[in-house]
Amino acid sequence: MIESRTDTRDVLVRVENLKKYFPIVTGFMRKTTGQVRAVDGVSFEIHQGETLGLVGESGCGKSTLGRTILQLHKPTEGLVYFEGIDLEGMSKSELRSMRRRMQIIFQDPYSSLNPRMTVGNIIAEPLVVHHIANGKELLEMVEVLLKRVGLNPLFANRFPHEFSGGQRQRIGVARALALNPSFIVADEPISALDVSIQAQVVNLLEDLQDELGHTYLFIAHDLSMVRHICDRVAVMYLGKLVEVGSVEQVYENPQHPYLQALLSAVPVPDPVVEEQRKRIILEGDVPSPANPPEGCNFNTRCPIAFDRCFKEDPELKELFPQHDVACFAVEERLASA
Amino acid sequence: MSETLLRIDKLTTHFHTDDGTVRAVNGISYDLKEGETIGVVGESGCGKSVHALSIMRLIPMPPGEIVDGEVIFRDRDLIQISMDEMRKVRGGEIAMIFQDPMTSLNPVMTIGNQIIEVLRLHAGMDGDQALDRAGEMLALVGIPEARERLDSYPHEFSGGMRQRAMIAMALAGNPQILIADEPTTALDVTIQAQIIDLVRRLRDLIGMTIIWITHDLGIMAGLAERMLVMYAGFFVEKAPVKELYANPRHPYTMGLLSSLPRADSGRDGKRLEPIIGRPPDLLAPPKGCPFLPRCPYSIDRCKEENPTLKEIGPEHEIACWIDVRTAETHEVIG
Repeated sequence: MIESRTDTRDVLVRVENLKKYFPIVTGFMRKTTGQVRAVDGVSFEIHQGETLGLVGESGCGKSTLGRTILQLHKPTEGLVYFEGIDLEGMSKSELRSMRRRMQIIFQDPYSSLNPRMTVGNIIAEPLVVHHIANGKELLEMVEVLLKRVGLNPLFANRFPHEFSGGQRQRIGVARALALNPSFIVADEPISALDVSIQAQVVNLLEDLQDELGHTYLFIAHDLSMVRHICDRVAVMYLGKLVEVGSVEQVYENPQHPYLQALLSAVPVPDPVVEEQRKRIILEGDVPSPANPPEGCNFNTRCPIAFDRCFKEDPELKELFPQHDVACFAVEERLASA
Repeated sequence: MSETLLRIDKLTTHFHTDDGTVRAVNGISYDLKEGETIGVVGESGCGKSVHALSIMRLIPMPPGEIVDGEVIFRDRDLIQISMDEMRKVRGGEIAMIFQDPMTSLNPVMTIGNQIIEVLRLHAGMDGDQALDRAGEMLALVGIPEARERLDSYPHEFSGGMRQRAMIAMALAGNPQILIADEPTTALDVTIQAQIIDLVRRLRDLIGMTIIWITHDLGIMAGLAERMLVMYAGFFVEKAPVKELYANPRHPYTMGLLSSLPRADSGRDGKRLEPIIGRPPDLLAPPKGCPFLPRCPYSIDRCKEENPTLKEIGPEHEIACWIDVRTAETHEVIG
């Protein structure tokens, strides 16, 4: 693990043209009358040992993408490769053993822990399910995991309701770590927590990565925290990626008009900076993914859309070195320059 | 200099529960000047919302009780006036918006009728006049095709539109004071920016006075003129906005700021510095300073006495025994 961290270009997860549509079922005949295109043709790579941030507004498909990568949703189309192996073609038992390597931390630490199980049993469950340990060995492993996430091992006999939000999220992290995964999807792991507690959990995730060499897909809508924790960032809008690049490129040199608006809307905790800032206020709301607009998804809110944007759908292209953008306006600007 | 519009003096609100008394708000005082925007910040459970609900007399009693203090608005103490009189103040002179718009919007009543109800009660309008005005209010908060949208029900609106509709409703009574309790917390940043931009424009347009409650120091930087930092039901720091961000002097305020990442600059290899532990249980608040268990400073006196606010600069007050600029830090056990 430590060696692989030095070679950050080693691909751990590769996603190819991934789509996840949910049927809209109406009436008593349960007829399918339409489709919600939650994830609509997404391709990208996650490198060994890196933290890739996945950002976008609520309803843009971030969580669905994360879960589809883990095969918690069956993809409608497209492929996911984990260490070069296609997950789609796997049998149930192969997938089950592969799941040990890929784990998820959920957003809501209140609903993601079974209230009737002790913390020890919650953390031990994956170890039991995968026949990894039992008896005294199991208890010892739970103790190590609790210590690793900064909780007192004596807490193992308590129930989730006895803990605060931040502590519950640590329990969720301990459960995800139990099977010693190499890839963790963190689905808005700090959104439900207070600011001061968010920093505690983020520092924990960073420490664990330094120690164990995890690869994270960090799903979030808080762009400040993404800048802090991530190496690369993918920006999603209405089921598609609109920009992907390193943290520096994405924050210092944002290209897509959606990303520019998103960044300008993030408040900065500094009144002097805030006085000088110009915001790009996007009009209206995100269109429904059941009925996305023709052409570029973003054309209903884009301040610089032109005729081509209403006819064709731009592809994500490497317009700058290792910095991909899906926008005709940016393409044409580069072509004419 | 503008005049004091609202004076809060030693406001104290407790909740009597089966487990004992929860001391949610403990003798807080401040003056709100006409036209100013004040930001009240702190973590969840620090008493921010209870303070606002106490001003509005919306505390459920029992178990709640405003045990002490005055809220002076136009020579009247809002704590003492009758509920009938208070009902006229609420929505008419002081309006409040909440984090979840569905708590204040009636799901089975059209948006238009809800705004008209406020206009009828607080502005004495009726019929076509009220209908026209309701349409104007919705247009004012930036809802397209406002007149047609009056017939919509709350569930037909998106989260951002509901929040706008709630603001329209709150402003319909032409209030002098708007109390905003985390109205943008559940919204996406783009929608949050729309709402804050809207509130800023309306404030400048109609000269509203605002109390904005939030846990997000980021939002307040561009909105408030004065800041009140709340912890365990006490104000621990009060300062003009620029002073607070540039020169925070209470260890709690410093901790809140240092645990925040920034979108406008890289991390430069730095870690976030969270405040360790969590807020105290207000059922059994510790003797001495409530922040002591989480404080990286502290002297013997902190264990014995809870510090009161004292002035350390122009309009800058802190409740702390220590001068953090010279004090030595020590390890805190979390």
